[in-house]
Amino acid sequence: MKRVFPILAVITALLLAYAAYEALVVAPTEQTMGDVQRIFYYHVPSAWTAFILFFINFFASIVYLIRRTMKADIIALVTAEVGVVFCTVVLVTGPIWARPVWGIWWTWDLRLTLTLVLWLIYVSYLVLRRFSSSGQTPLLAAVLAVFGALDVPLVYFSIWFFRTQHPQPVIGGGGSIDPRMLHVLLINWAAFSCFAALVCWSRYRLEVLQREIDETQALEALLEPRGSHTGSAR
Amino acid sequence: MTYLYAAYIATWLIHIGYLGRLLLRYMRLGGEIEKLRKK
Repeated sequence: MKRVFPILAVITALLLAYAAYEALVVAPTEQTMGDVQRIFYYHVPSAWTAFILFFINFFASIVYLIRRTMKADIIALVTAEVGVVFCTVVLVTGPIWARPVWGIWWTWDLRLTLTLVLWLIYVSYLVLRRFSSSGQTPLLAAVLAVFGALDVPLVYFSIWFFRTQHPQPVIGGGGSIDPRMLHVLLINWAAFSCFAALVCWSRYRLEVLQREIDETQALEALLEPRGSHTGSAR
Repeated sequence: MTYLYAAYIATWLIHIGYLGRLLLRYMRLGGEIEKLRKK
């Protein structure tokens, strides 16, 4: 596994570079918005990747609630953390696109507001996991994740069922896209998905290592004579 | 073009920032493993 990771990292880096080239150079320029429309090739794949990660978090949380396995708990934590990173990209690139196109950075439109709520839910999930020292933390976090995941379909379908300022979906839902643009969009999505998978893998290994060290330190503290343990902050 | 580059730079700053944070945690864990081995 240690040998596979660098190879996959190089392939992903090349794919990301190729996807950026396609987005910035190859993709046709949109007639109304001009070059600023190319933000779409980072904004939309980041949103799709975040949604997938939050769904994996949802399923891992359900598995944890049923079986209470450490693996499910770690997968839930990792996907929530990486999902928040991708959702942050969505919330940052969206206003940068909106400023020249709409003339405003932000509006309390349903899609935008629900995305912000989604981000806040998963940030609160991570805050709970980081600062709660109770033995029940994974259980509480899993329950929060199950309810938090309800916001994902709301965000996705908000532009299908409600009139919003946000552009209509590019695939399905009555929207249309130039096939060359769709091709570039899918390449970027593939690149960001590979990148997200690699980051999740690294974060998973890190969490397993952290828990092993914590267990060893706890065991050492139990075995040491009273008063001699100095302890260390996490 | 300014907005386009701003969006692409912001995206990679966010990702690199997170990767940097992971790297720091790996380094700190490496230190903790060394300490445990010495014990």
